[in-house]
Parts: sequence; structure tokens; C-alpha cells
Amino acid sequence: MNSTAVTDNTLALDLKEYLTFKLESEEYGIDILLVQEIRGYEPPTRIAHAPDFIKGVVNLRGIIVPVVDMRIKFNCSAVVYDPSTVVIILNICNRTIGIVVDSVSDVMELRTDAIKAAPEFDTVISQEAITGLVSLDSRMLILLDMAHLVTSFDLGVEVEPLLALQSPDANLLSLPY
Amino acid sequence: MAQAHQDESVSVGDFDLSQFHEIFFEEARENLDLMEKLLITFNPVSPDDETLNGIFRCAHSVKGGAATFGFSDVVALTHQMESLLDRLRRHEIPFNAAMIEVLLESADISRAFLARHEGVYEGALPDASDLIRRLAAMTAGQVPEFQAPEIIQELAQVMPSPVLPVAGVRSLLLSIGPLARLTDADEVIALFLDIPDLGSIAELAPPDAQTRLFAVTTTSSNEDLLDLFSFHVAKEHIAIMDSAPAEVVDFPVMSAPESETLVVTEEDVAGKNGSKRSEKPHNLAVNTEAQTLRVSISKVDQLINLVGELVITQAMMAQNTQSLAPELHQKFLTGLADLERNTRDLQESVMSIRMIPMSVVFSRFPRMLRDLAIRLGKNVDFVTQGESTELDKGLVEKIIDPLTHLVRNSCDHGIELPAERLRLGKPEKGTISLSAMHQGGSILIEVRDDGRGMSRQKILAKARENGLDVSDQMPDAAVWQLIFAPGFSTSEVVTDISGRGVGMDVVKRNISALNGTVEIDSVEGHGLRISVRLPLTLAIMDGMSVSVGDEVYILPLSSVVESFQVDDRSVSTIGQSAQLVKVREEYMPVVDLEALFQIPRFELGGDRKIMVVIESSGSRVALLVDELLGQQQVVVKNLESNYRKVNHISGATILGDGKVALILDTGSLVRRARH
Repeated sequence: MNSTAVTDNTLALDLKEYLTFKLESEEYGIDILLVQEIRGYEPPTRIAHAPDFIKGVVNLRGIIVPVVDMRIKFNCSAVVYDPSTVVIILNICNRTIGIVVDSVSDVMELRTDAIKAAPEFDTVISQEAITGLVSLDSRMLILLDMAHLVTSFDLGVEVEPLLALQSPDANLLSLPY
Repeated sequence: MAQAHQDESVSVGDFDLSQFHEIFFEEARENLDLMEKLLITFNPVSPDDETLNGIFRCAHSVKGGAATFGFSDVVALTHQMESLLDRLRRHEIPFNAAMIEVLLESADISRAFLARHEGVYEGALPDASDLIRRLAAMTAGQVPEFQAPEIIQELAQVMPSPVLPVAGVRSLLLSIGPLARLTDADEVIALFLDIPDLGSIAELAPPDAQTRLFAVTTTSSNEDLLDLFSFHVAKEHIAIMDSAPAEVVDFPVMSAPESETLVVTEEDVAGKNGSKRSEKPHNLAVNTEAQTLRVSISKVDQLINLVGELVITQAMMAQNTQSLAPELHQKFLTGLADLERNTRDLQESVMSIRMIPMSVVFSRFPRMLRDLAIRLGKNVDFVTQGESTELDKGLVEKIIDPLTHLVRNSCDHGIELPAERLRLGKPEKGTISLSAMHQGGSILIEVRDDGRGMSRQKILAKARENGLDVSDQMPDAAVWQLIFAPGFSTSEVVTDISGRGVGMDVVKRNISALNGTVEIDSVEGHGLRISVRLPLTLAIMDGMSVSVGDEVYILPLSSVVESFQVDDRSVSTIGQSAQLVKVREEYMPVVDLEALFQIPRFELGGDRKIMVVIESSGSRVALLVDELLGQQQVVVKNLESNYRKVNHISGATILGDGKVALILDTGSLVRRARH
């Protein structure tokens, strides 16, 4: 149980802004500080043998950026690419990546104590990737931990960019070679 | 005004000299580096004037600069060096090999002092007082006792190094004379040096005008030496006396006419010189009048970025004008062609600014290896190839550490001790070679040694010990890659040089960070070859674009040999899966890009009618594509900065229409097809 004693000073610190977007009927929120920009969708250049949720790479003003389709990653039934399809460009773990979503809603200011822990459930999203759940009227907002999610995208990203010495019994043969 | 000027000249301390510090530090470093290089290649028996003068000038420059900035510790030390060198170059005192060690040490301490002033030195304050004392003693003509460098590892056998006062080595005074011609004694010296492991010989000030005197350390007996020398000089003219090693002999200062006879002419010694130092280098005079300009790297980078953007813009323009009718817009199109040529020339010039030759990297190894070999008691030859191969300055700085580690490894673990090498039937002198060359769009740097190579069994055993999952059926190449795992070392002895197992994984990581690859090849008992391949950054390269289905791929033009239309008859299969095509008299493997990249095909027909022959590392394969689209300059963008390494893809580029096209890695395509 978190302490509920809140002074005016700490109140400001307990607020965080989230960008919310929709995947079909589900609503998600991510830390706004990770968002660099929002673009329309353009067909990326395909990369062979990539997982199906990695659509390919696009040119973002001279930088090559991989594009991940969240709807495929989260097993949505309908995946459409139309003029309202949106790509959110994120700056995360020293990388720039784009994620494809159905639409972008609002930027919301949420209080930390409004975030409830998510119960364990059996789903394609791993537990570490969910920061928590927020109740908005009758809707449920799922807050995502993008750093963890990005590592699961298999983009060659490590959460700790500095390689620590691994424990002796780790299997070290699976080098990307 | 006069008042102000007077103030300036009186109180120099107020004038802010710190803005010039950077220039001084860089130049001083260059001078000390040059001095070290000259000292290492110095011929101890016949010190030639040009080199001596060069070394003197280096010390003199550093001293002058240091004095201007008030770095008194550097001034004190370099002043002593300068005095010694001045007397040497005037032939006022004879040269002896110990001076090289002292001067090298002095250069090192000077560097440390300068680094402290620059604020980049961490460590205890170096003490130069002992060094200054030794320099002063040498300048006064005293012959010093040998200061052997510290030995870290236990020496199992008697080492041939002349610097170590090992039991069984005697110090003698050899007097040759009276001689009708003093140069007759040169043959004796040359003969002495020619014989490996005989010992060391250094000339001392002669007792009289017809005799020459030498200090000799050797394990041979007097009788053996006499027999040897009598080849050239009658026995009656040779006298050998014992001398205690710690004795410091005081010789009178030589005057000019007598000292002339001490100078051995080059022709006598050249060709007979068996010492470890390489032949006298020509044209080593310091080029202090070089026309150079110091520019900050950020300015150069900005310039390169701008040129890169220019290339892209020009390519876009060229693309967009393809639909224009040539006759109507002739002047415009001609202008555009001119623009393309100018852009290409500009780009080549700008890229070459940041490229520096590999010799900059290679230059630090001779000294390091020499010191290391002496410490370990090994006899090592260092060979370099491809010094003029150029690579980007940014790469140079990052490749030095991994290469240093690899070279030290070869010396420490690879090259065996001289006695063991002889026992194995190998030449006593081991060879470590460092080479660099361009290959396609990469630079290939190889470290090779003819030492004991790597033991497959030992590595597999160690891997199992560390809990790695290995099998005896693993191919050699995979076994060698195991040494890159953290904590891996099969060395029984941990020295301060290597053996703690934190080296190779850092090497691999550093090289991967540069988007490079490391390959190892080894034959146990014969040696080791490590190949480091780095992409040349900032590649704006000539590419050939090809299409397969709806997708466009780029091939480096430098890898393309030819292309031709193909029909089914010229393609045959082997083993029911691999395809071959006959090109004139040669059969070469076919790489079907559509299958390899699983490219979706939506319309039938119009497919895969062109073969493009590419070459890499001497091997050729034929790529099966739909069409050749064209040739253009492409700016190579890094795929791995935001994504990951993709098989057979070396990078990406942005086409004229703004879309991304992947650049094929011809090297890996060839390797795959040819296994």
C-alpha cells in the first residue's frame, strides 16, 4: 500500500504524461518523453527473415528506422493500412524506432497512485512490459513499459547498453554471428 | 602604446599562453614519437650522423617549447638529453648501446611529464632525478653499468638477450691493437655481432691512437673468442682482460682528430650487421617545414555530412529528370552531368581528408614489441605490410587497443621461447606480422604469428570448465570463436600482460562496435592468424541497382564483374538443390535472391532473367535477378544503429524517390555459396 500523504510539492512529482493510442478496441499509454514524432504510415522496405511484426525500415529524414506493427505483435484480428494509420516514432534505448498503431488519442496526465498493478494473465504481452492499468471512466488504459517491450522486438537492443559479464553458466555460444 | 608594449615584455606571466598549449603538446608528442622511432632503428655500432642530428633536433624542439611555457621538469630532462646528444653528434664521446635505453626512458618520462601538464596523466609523479644523473654521467663520458629491464616471468632457459646479467655471462675488456689501420677492427666487431647469442660488444674510448677498446659481455671462454677474432686480426694484437661488471671506468675526453677513427664506415658494417635493429632507414630527416594545417575534427565531419547530403540531392535531381526529353533540355541535362562529376570529385577529396594511413597505427608496435620481447626473453621479428592503406581517423583511434591486445597476445602466448623454438625445428626468431589492405568496401587487418597456435583440446576443455555447451564435433572455426567468451583464458600463467581472460571478449566487443568482424584461423604448432574486417565508414560508393520482384537491391559496383541474360539451359543443378551456371569455361554457383530473401512475387513471367557475376576474396558467384535498373552513387547508411545486423546485407541507402534500398554484402553472399 502506497502512502497516501501527499503534499503540494510532491503532487507535481507524482504526475506523468502519457501518449495514448488504440489498437482495435484496446487502449494503451506510453511515456510521452519517449515520443519523438507522429507520422502517417508509408510502406517500409521489407527485410528478409524478420519476424512478421517487423514490417521493415523507412527513411526518416536520412536515418534508417525500423517499423514495428503493434497490431501484429499483439495479435489483433484486423490489421489495416489506410490513411488514418499512424506511426509513432520513439527514441528509446539509444535507438529510433517506429510503431504502427490504429490511431492516436490524447496526451494524458496521470497520477502515479492512479496506476494499479496488473494481475497476471496469459497473453502475448509479457508481465514486465506492463507498467500498470488505469481506469478512465469506463475504459481501461494499459500502460506499457516500452523499454522492456522493445527488447522483446528482437531488434538487437539490450536494456543495459553496457554488456555486463555474464554468469559462467550462461550459454554464450549464441553470438549474433 | 609604448607603455603597454613595455609592460608586455616585462611581465610575460600575464600574457595568456594557454591557448598555445594544445599545439605545443601535439608537436611535442610528435617530436618524442619521432625520437623514439629514430632510437629504435638506430645502428649502435655505427651511429650515423643524420639520425643523431635528427634525434638531437627532436630533443631540442621539445626543450625549447617546454621552456616557453615554463614546464621546468621537462626542460631539465630534455636539457640533459640535449647535452648528451650534442656531444654524441659532435663525436666528442663514443657511443654505446646503453645510451639508447637511457634516451628511450627519458623520452617516456618526458611524455609522462607533458601528460601531467596537459592534465591527462594519472599516476604517481614520475621521478627523473636518477635519469638525469645517468644522463649527466654518460655525457661526462662514463660508461654505465647495464640497467636490465625487469623480468616478470621466470626464465627457464638461458636467454640470448644481451641486456640481462645472467650467471655465466662474463664482462671483459677487449683491446685490439696496435693496429696499422684502426678500421681492421671493424671486421672483428661485425663477426662478433654476426654470431647469435655470443654476447654484446660496445666500444669504449681508446687508450691510445693505435688501439681500440671494447666492453664485452659473453658466455664464451677467452680462448674461443681469441680463435674467433684471429680470423681478422693477429692474435698478438688482441688482449682480453676481465672486468667487473659494476666498474665504472673514467675516460679522458676525446679530442676531435682521434675520435674520427672511431667512426666505422657504413659500407663495412652494412650487410654484416646481425643485430636486431633493422637497416639504417634513409631520409628520416625530420620534416619540420611540412605544409600542414591543424583542423578540428568536428569541422571536417560537418563538411563530410554536407557533401553526403549534396550527393543525395544530386541523385534525386538526376532521377527526377529521367523523364525529360534530352533534345528539349540539352543544356540543362549537360549542366546536370557536370554537376554529377563535380560532386563526385568533391566527395572524393573530402573523404580523403579524414583518411590517414595505417602506418600511424603500426608505428607504435615496434617499440612496444621490443620492450615486451625483452621482458619475456623472446626473440621476435616484427613485420608490417600495407602501411599506406588508409582508413578513417575515427576508426584508427578505436582499432589501436584491440590490435595492441592481439599483438601482445601473439608475443606472450603465441611465440615460444627461443630454445623451445629451436627444439621444435623452428627458426629461433619468431615472426609477428601486421598487415592491412582494402577489400571491397572494407579494410582487412591481419595479425599473424608463427608461434604455437591454438590447441583445440585445451579450448574445448576450458569451455566445458566454464560451463559452455560445446561438442567435440564443432568445426574448428567455431572452436576458435570460443576464446571470445568473457573470462576465457587457457593460459596457465597470469602475467600482467595477458592471461586474466578479460582481453579477447573486449577485443571482440570493440570490433563489433565498429561494425567489424573477427575471424581466427590456427594450426596447432604452426601459428595463428586473426583477421579483422572493418567497413570503411562514410562510404559513398558506386552502386548497381537490381530488381527482384518489387524490391530493389544495391550491389557495390566494385564487386560486380559482369552480367548477362540467362535461359534455363545454361543453369544446371547439382545434388538436386544447388544451382550452377556455366560462364565461358567456368562453372560458378548461382545465388537465387528471390529464394534467399523470400521475396514475394505477384506476377508470373518477366522474372529472373539476368545473372550478375560478383567477386569477393577471389571467388565468384552469380546472382539471379530480374532486371538491372541502373548505376548510381549511393550514400551508405548504417542499418545497425537502429536495427540489427541482417544476413547478407551490409547497409542501406536512400534512393532518389526517398525509399530505402538494402545494400547486399557481396562477401557474405560469396562465402555462403562457396561454404
